[in-house]
Amino acid sequence: MNLQDIIVEAEGGQQMLLNMGPQHPSTHGVIRFLVKADGEVISEAIPVVGYLHRGIEKIAESMPYAGFIPFTDRVDYLAAMFCNHAFVTAVEKLLGLEVPRRAEYLRVIADEMNRIASHLIAVGSMAMDIGAYTPFLHGIREREIINDLTEMLCGGRLTYNYMRIGGVSRDLPDGFLKRLKGFLDRFDPGFINEFNRLIGGNEILVRRCAHVATIGADEAMDMGLAGPNLRASGVSWDLRRDMPYSCYPDLEFDVPVGRGFRGSLGDSYDRFMVRILEMSQSARLLRQAIEKLPDGDIQAKAPRKIKPPAGESYGAVESARGELGFYLVSDGGETPLRLKIRTGSFSAMWAIHRKSAGCMLADLVVLLASADIVAPEIDR
Amino acid sequence: MNGEAIYEQLRDRFPDKVSETRGQGPLKCVYVKPEAIEEVLIALRDQETLGFRHLSFISGIDLKEAIEVAYGLISYSLKVLILLKVTLDHENPTVRTVSHIFSAANWHERETFDLFGVKFEGHPDLRRLLLPEDWKGHPLRKDYKEEPFYHEMPTTREPLLGRS
Amino acid sequence: MNVYAQTLMEWLKVPEAYLVYVRIGVFFVYALVALTFGALFAGVTSWYERRVAARMQSRIGPNRVGPQGILQWLCDGVKCFLKEDLVPKEADRPLFRLAPYPVFIGIVSTFVVLPFSATVVGSDLNVGLVYLIAITALVVAGILMAGWSSNSKWTLLGGVRSAAQMVSYEIPLALSLLVVVVPAGTLSLQGLIRFQGGAPWNWLVFQSPMTFVAFFLFFTSALAEGNRTPFDLPEAESELVAGYNTEYSGLRFLFFFFAEWMNLYVIGAIVTAVFLGGWRIPGVAWQRQAGSPLLELVGFALYLAKSLVVVNVIIWLRWTLPRLRIDQLMKMCWKYFVPIGMVSIVLSMLFTALVTAVPLLGRITSIGLLVLGGLIGAALLRRTAYAFSSFPDKPYFKWMV
Repeated sequence: MNLQDIIVEAEGGQQMLLNMGPQHPSTHGVIRFLVKADGEVISEAIPVVGYLHRGIEKIAESMPYAGFIPFTDRVDYLAAMFCNHAFVTAVEKLLGLEVPRRAEYLRVIADEMNRIASHLIAVGSMAMDIGAYTPFLHGIREREIINDLTEMLCGGRLTYNYMRIGGVSRDLPDGFLKRLKGFLDRFDPGFINEFNRLIGGNEILVRRCAHVATIGADEAMDMGLAGPNLRASGVSWDLRRDMPYSCYPDLEFDVPVGRGFRGSLGDSYDRFMVRILEMSQSARLLRQAIEKLPDGDIQAKAPRKIKPPAGESYGAVESARGELGFYLVSDGGETPLRLKIRTGSFSAMWAIHRKSAGCMLADLVVLLASADIVAPEIDR
Repeated sequence: MNGEAIYEQLRDRFPDKVSETRGQGPLKCVYVKPEAIEEVLIALRDQETLGFRHLSFISGIDLKEAIEVAYGLISYSLKVLILLKVTLDHENPTVRTVSHIFSAANWHERETFDLFGVKFEGHPDLRRLLLPEDWKGHPLRKDYKEEPFYHEMPTTREPLLGRS
Repeated sequence: MNVYAQTLMEWLKVPEAYLVYVRIGVFFVYALVALTFGALFAGVTSWYERRVAARMQSRIGPNRVGPQGILQWLCDGVKCFLKEDLVPKEADRPLFRLAPYPVFIGIVSTFVVLPFSATVVGSDLNVGLVYLIAITALVVAGILMAGWSSNSKWTLLGGVRSAAQMVSYEIPLALSLLVVVVPAGTLSLQGLIRFQGGAPWNWLVFQSPMTFVAFFLFFTSALAEGNRTPFDLPEAESELVAGYNTEYSGLRFLFFFFAEWMNLYVIGAIVTAVFLGGWRIPGVAWQRQAGSPLLELVGFALYLAKSLVVVNVIIWLRWTLPRLRIDQLMKMCWKYFVPIGMVSIVLSMLFTALVTAVPLLGRITSIGLLVLGGLIGAALLRRTAYAFSSFPDKPYFKWMV
């Protein structure tokens, strides 16, 4: 049954069919929902995606491995370092390349900075969708500092093209570590406490988010959720700790898990709080990484033309939005045979479709914001 | 426990439905007979010692002579990813759906149908996901040729170089 | 205004028979002045709100057009004038065109009873409060017309929600005003102000615990009536989809927003008049004030200052608090505010009877409540100081940049 049939069937019935069109003034990107509502209460919100489909997977089949890295940035432009990292991890596994320690630490520093930046937007835009405009701009103010740092590091503020197969492209410039330390001193716990005082504990926000779209642990696992969405439902699963990669085995961090902070386990408020807690864990990781940063090369000796032997590999990182995995099938040529990108927002979108039944219209907004989806990740 | 041991267990349990471990790269896979994929996945999910409850991805692969569908599963308790594959006919690839086993498969199978043309029997809502509903062809196939026009919009552009 | 009409008559030496015409002329002039005042206030408040919002959000806000950006609203107004006047094809044309006017008229008509000082008031109706509540109900009609005639499901939803919200909150609004009327014994605004005194312990807000509660009840209900955050669901959640004024552009759109900002002043004015002592000067009897133009001017300045404080608080609330959902809003109104209002009226009657018998009780209660108000204010100031000191960034106090 295609879309037209759905529309015709719904129009004929008792329910209202509302179109939350591809353009709506929120930051989640170009997604469309066909909402079947009975007054205020939604019976189903059918997502229509594909407005941002650029065929990145098809492009990969005609692109040499080293030249494909900028494309991976655009898979999730709010957390682009993770995409770079996952792709180069997949290729390095195929090549059997060992990445120097310094490069691993630089990768982790870049990743965790990006995680903070991405979560700032996630919680800020969630507050904004609920009506509090100020915390979003405070988050953007902090994010500007991170953007300046990444600009120092690799020249980009949103998409980076920082990592290379075998390492990273540039070493830390002078003054970078000092500036990063300054940012961390101000961010954790200063900014996070202020943010919680302003909006995290706000009674109205709690009332809007608690008990909304509760996703139980079993359901979350079944729906393929990953990342903060899964952890908020009580499942303690983090790729950094459970399927470790890069230099995470040397670093100490906690994995925040939802526990029904103000509502039930796995509701929207849990997802909100888990992201805020993850930001402080990222700051902790950054402090350790700065301290333990070794000297050495930043790039391994990789061949000029990268032609991995035939085989398959799966490179996954714990992105800000969940498990970001690149399933790479190589046939020995210069370009991949198949590159499949598995993103966290894809599963989250399915979860939104399933959990939208029974929500009110205002709750759908909260659910959408708390799942932290970005359209380019869904469509690639 | 790593992937190898799990594949051994699967072969012991389903002797003629699961092939030997293949693959020269770091990620090894096993090939499962298409009609047996459901029971293998149910076994992987429900057995206590295995507990493969996370369907990470379902991906199609277009080899010229066949189309493969790869299922990537992660176990929360064993902390490992395994890869199961089925080999399907190139012209008319069909396999049973697994969306009643892992509900995440719903969208992954829709995407595989959209991009490769693999039909999943029993899927509750097999529509195109990423491309418009009236798009012709399945883009990620190797023999895909784009239509020159889509609703009177040309799909190719005149090259900018070479114009005076 | 009748007084002024009389003086004008004698000054111009017009025969008695023409009193009616002089009165009409004076009222007409007063209406123009009040409308101009309201429009100017709305414009300047839009600039002021943008500056305050920006400073709260670590930005600067409009500061280019004119000194400190104070002419920004003029530019916005002119821009809206020059925009294309769109009416959607499927919309209900007459209703679409008509809709902004009831909203505007409903708000502007409140200027009839709002006093500016001891003698300057349009017409001191002796049912002033009832008139206020009744005339602002016109706004509901305008919003429903706007939501329906735009021919869009989203605007209809927004309009219906807004209408439900405004109609519901009129009840706690009226109830909280009645709580105040019981001790004062009059419904006219000037009468209420004359009943109060200039000094804070003579204000109606501190007169009894019930009026203290009624102050907060009225303030919140007035916010809901004016569709301000945290009750702006009809016009903002709608940011995600559409609100009742989406299809409007240009001048018609401006009407809706002018009405909203003018409403800020109206809320401030009513709160000041009814609860915070109005134009009374501490230590001066109102008869003396009515006689002397200088004291009237001082009274007007005091009145304006108090209203501006209330407007400030409303602006702060908008940019800090999130929105309530429609069912939470309605629940709050019907399950909490209405019972509290009704109980407060009954208790207020008992309290008034008690105070008539024992006047000392009234004095003690006022001083006690004033102390309570002071403690709440001090707690707020302490939290502000803590917030300033605990964040590593130094506070940037230069408001004018």
